[in-house]
Amino acid sequence: MDNNSVVGRIFDIQKFSTHDGAGIRTVVFLKGCILRCRWCCNPESQSFRIQRMKTANGTRVVGYDTTVGDVMQQVLRDMPYYRRSGGGMTLSGGEALCQQEFVTALLQEAKAHGINTAVETTACLPFYMIEPQLPLLDTVLMDIKHINSEKHEQFTTMRNELILENAKKIAASGTHLIIRVPTIPTFNDTEEEIRDIARFAASLPGVDEIHLLPYHRLGYDKYMGLEREYGMGELPTPSAEKMERLRRVAESQGLKAVIGG
Amino acid sequence: MAKYNSAKCAKSARIDRLKEELFRKMPEIEADRAVLLTESYRKTEGEPMVRRRAKAFRNIMEHLPITIRPEELVVGAATVSPRSCQIYPEFSFSWLEDEFDTVETRSADPFHISEKTKKKLREAFTYWHGKTTSELATSLIAPEARLAMEHNVFTPGNYFYNGVGHVTVQYDKVLRIGYRGIIDEIRAERGRMDRGDADYCTKSAMLDAVEMSCEAVITYANRYAALARETAQREKDSTRRNELLQVAENCERVPAYGARSFWEACQSFWFVQMILQIESSGHSISPGRFDQYMYPYYKADVDSGKITRDFAQELLDCVWVKLNDLCKCRDAASAAGFAGYSMFQNLIAGGQDKNGEDATNDLSFMCIDATLHVMLPGPSFSVRVWNRTPHEFLLRAAELTRTGIGLPAYYNDEVIIPSLMSRGLTLEDARDYNIIGCVEPQKSGKTWGWHDAAFFNMLKPMELVFANGQLDGVQVGPKTGDVTSFTSFEDFYAAYRTQMNYMISLLVNACNAIDVAHAERAPLPYLASMIDDCIGCGKTPEQGGAIYNFTGPQGFGIANVADALYAIKRLVFEEKKFTLTELRDALDANYGKLSEADAERLTVGVVKELAKNGVEVGADVIAAVYKTVKDKDGDPRYREIREMILAEDKYGNDLSEVDALARDAAYTYTKPLLKYKNPRGGSFQAGLYPVSANVPLGAQTGASPDGRLAGTPVADGVSPSAGMDVHGPTSAANSVSCLDHGIASNGTLFNMKFHPSALAGDSGLENFVALVQTYFEMKGSHMQFNVVSRETLRDAQKNPDKYRSLVVRVAGYSALFTTLSKSLQDDIINRTEQTSF
Repeated sequence: MDNNSVVGRIFDIQKFSTHDGAGIRTVVFLKGCILRCRWCCNPESQSFRIQRMKTANGTRVVGYDTTVGDVMQQVLRDMPYYRRSGGGMTLSGGEALCQQEFVTALLQEAKAHGINTAVETTACLPFYMIEPQLPLLDTVLMDIKHINSEKHEQFTTMRNELILENAKKIAASGTHLIIRVPTIPTFNDTEEEIRDIARFAASLPGVDEIHLLPYHRLGYDKYMGLEREYGMGELPTPSAEKMERLRRVAESQGLKAVIGG
Repeated sequence: MAKYNSAKCAKSARIDRLKEELFRKMPEIEADRAVLLTESYRKTEGEPMVRRRAKAFRNIMEHLPITIRPEELVVGAATVSPRSCQIYPEFSFSWLEDEFDTVETRSADPFHISEKTKKKLREAFTYWHGKTTSELATSLIAPEARLAMEHNVFTPGNYFYNGVGHVTVQYDKVLRIGYRGIIDEIRAERGRMDRGDADYCTKSAMLDAVEMSCEAVITYANRYAALARETAQREKDSTRRNELLQVAENCERVPAYGARSFWEACQSFWFVQMILQIESSGHSISPGRFDQYMYPYYKADVDSGKITRDFAQELLDCVWVKLNDLCKCRDAASAAGFAGYSMFQNLIAGGQDKNGEDATNDLSFMCIDATLHVMLPGPSFSVRVWNRTPHEFLLRAAELTRTGIGLPAYYNDEVIIPSLMSRGLTLEDARDYNIIGCVEPQKSGKTWGWHDAAFFNMLKPMELVFANGQLDGVQVGPKTGDVTSFTSFEDFYAAYRTQMNYMISLLVNACNAIDVAHAERAPLPYLASMIDDCIGCGKTPEQGGAIYNFTGPQGFGIANVADALYAIKRLVFEEKKFTLTELRDALDANYGKLSEADAERLTVGVVKELAKNGVEVGADVIAAVYKTVKDKDGDPRYREIREMILAEDKYGNDLSEVDALARDAAYTYTKPLLKYKNPRGGSFQAGLYPVSANVPLGAQTGASPDGRLAGTPVADGVSPSAGMDVHGPTSAANSVSCLDHGIASNGTLFNMKFHPSALAGDSGLENFVALVQTYFEMKGSHMQFNVVSRETLRDAQKNPDKYRSLVVRVAGYSALFTTLSKSLQDDIINRTEQTSF
């Protein structure tokens, strides 16, 4: 089948994204995820089902089926910006890599147009679902949320062994890998926890960059819109000073550490 | 190695104290200039106008009170009180007399005025009845054009009530040879004249006037030298005493002679800049390429070790503060349109030189830093960008953008240079352009550009189409037929073009009448000393003495017109969701949101029509009409029509079809203008920007077919309608770049709003620079940015419709600010300005 007619399920395409890989990027948000992280700011991404979500401007249908061709048409509109800024297309989600066929076709088309590609992934899926995409990806932005598997499971519903294993394999493949840490109060925001993650990241061959993404409450409205409970309660967002302290801790492991990506 | 030193210099503690002094009290109106001007005019009745102007100017230069403010290194003030203004009755005065008692309490740009000043001005004004430029212009404007002005189709208010300004003079020449050198040129020109020349008498009177003006300025500078010496004698602090003695020496030297040091150059520049604004009330007197013409003096002093870079920066910062010492009192309506005491003194750094090489130097960076140090609206700071602009320079400019001060504005050499060449500038002159006022490019020292000649509301001709050429029951435009008779989109569009063409001809008529009035009643001999080739041809700029002559009136409302045309095309003619008749009724009823004032206005229109057709109109008829009008209000069909329109594609979202229509709609203004000439032999050229006239003129505009409600602002410049671009900055920039910016050679204005999260960190700056450069690669010509503050976000909470496109960005997530709940919005407001995203 022609790549352009391959169908996938997404819930948004966002232009001028500046925190999701290098340069100015267009992010394609794919629907469906494996983890259920308590702090997730895109709760509408989790279920693969097309859902209805209440918003300030009425009820919105979240998720639609589209083709690679239609997505590419949108992505190509900003080509001049990618060229200037070293940007490109980032697949996000949800867990983008769940929709294997769609992702392969999309990445192949992007490559055919000379577009830089990146994925934001949990890497919480069998490596055989990750491996085929690696040659098509310029950068993998992968989360490592916690080194302690029990705590990982407690906050995300899944253990982390597979994730850590995949991190080693992706690094070994030679694909450019950046480790990202959503920095969540009560979960992983102590200096010790961040140090552990950074130490692991630094041990991966070729990994030299880590992003600490401060917890924010911007997803709150969407939980309400989906008639779900917000798992984080009234937790305050981490202060700039605290983030800077944690950044230095990560940096001390020999990595370039960035707040916010 | 880089050709420049970009290292940052420290900010002197003096700068904040100078600022404090400037803002210690409310700006004031002073009467001295008006009194001195009038005194001279009374003595010179019957003499050639240019001589009368020069004598009046001399009287002002000799007697205007002078003052040196505490700690100043660069001196010269047009008013004793800081940030205050003089009055220019030769252009217009009756508005001020009418507003004497309200000017202090009005909300936009209030001025204190003492009873003593009122008395002096009242006396001076008795002379001016019938003698002003605005009165002469009024008598020269065709009645049809006056009618269109009364109905707010366009407004040439700027030059109708005030001096022209909008010019960059030969600062470089004054710095180099001083007014003594210019007087030598005048004498040489006299030597070439023959008493038998046809223009001998006018040219000779003009040259005398220019020379007299130059002498007057030298006298004025010497008064400052004397005052500085006097002040020095009384000064106890020895450091300050030495500063004052140096100031005295500087003022004795410049601007009479060429500058020998950077300090003298700053002083010389400032005299020119300020005195031009004493000669006439025209705003947008733009310093232009300051980093270029000041550089030789800076370099010589720094290379020789005469001054440090830190001291050079301090002098620059002092000049920046001084630029905010000038002020202008406008009538209440104009003040609302220009709010912020703006003087639009545009100063530009960077770009290429006349030979096409990059011109960025130390001062280009130091100009950015001066703006960062001073953080005041003056100068209107701009940067030129081209393919070879150093990346480092753009990053420094981006740092300034990130502060949220709204500066600098970015200009694209790659569009503006060919655009100016298409208007007859030489390659070298085009490469040496700078910006006047808001966005208008010109070649300094050679141009009388009449930029900002008028504001033209592109939505009004559309209102005319719906009413067969009428506004409020008066036949203002041509009869293009009843809209109900139009059977295709092309019919409608053709009618719009007909209305546009007619209104453009009236706009030209009004501009030309005002042009003539200025040539006749307010020639400016001092200005003429610094514009080529005024001395050579013996004419002031107003009389046609400049090498390049233009008239540049501004169209605005492209986005509304494009969205309106697209909605009509799609919904009326393609999908047939409603008829033009229904749309007309919906517009008349303001989509079912009729205000009391609208209802009255509509009633008056209908009643006038009835009376014209011979119906006897009594109170009962008026009441009946009013009831019919009110009955239309609240009709759900009208709201439904508006909802359908709002749901249609809009300009600003990178959608090819509506963007193509926007390009074409802009041509309905930019192309017809090109065929017209002004009285100075120059051509008209369009600009597409509104300053802030889109707000007050929007208030005079009925509901429009793009879903815009009556009285709300019209779109700003070439930007999408507020809140209609909902796909982010790249999509908006893609849409705007679809317009033909080159043909709008008087400038286009694209305003973009950012939340600080978009510019956070080094990568934020890099991406921002890439965005500007990409828009410029796609042939956009100007960009400016509002990085929103907490205050703006609070406003967005209250007025979400205006800010629908405002995006908050974090990794893996972004949201339209206005769609968030109040508590989350508050959260973001609290985080804003910490750039901790």
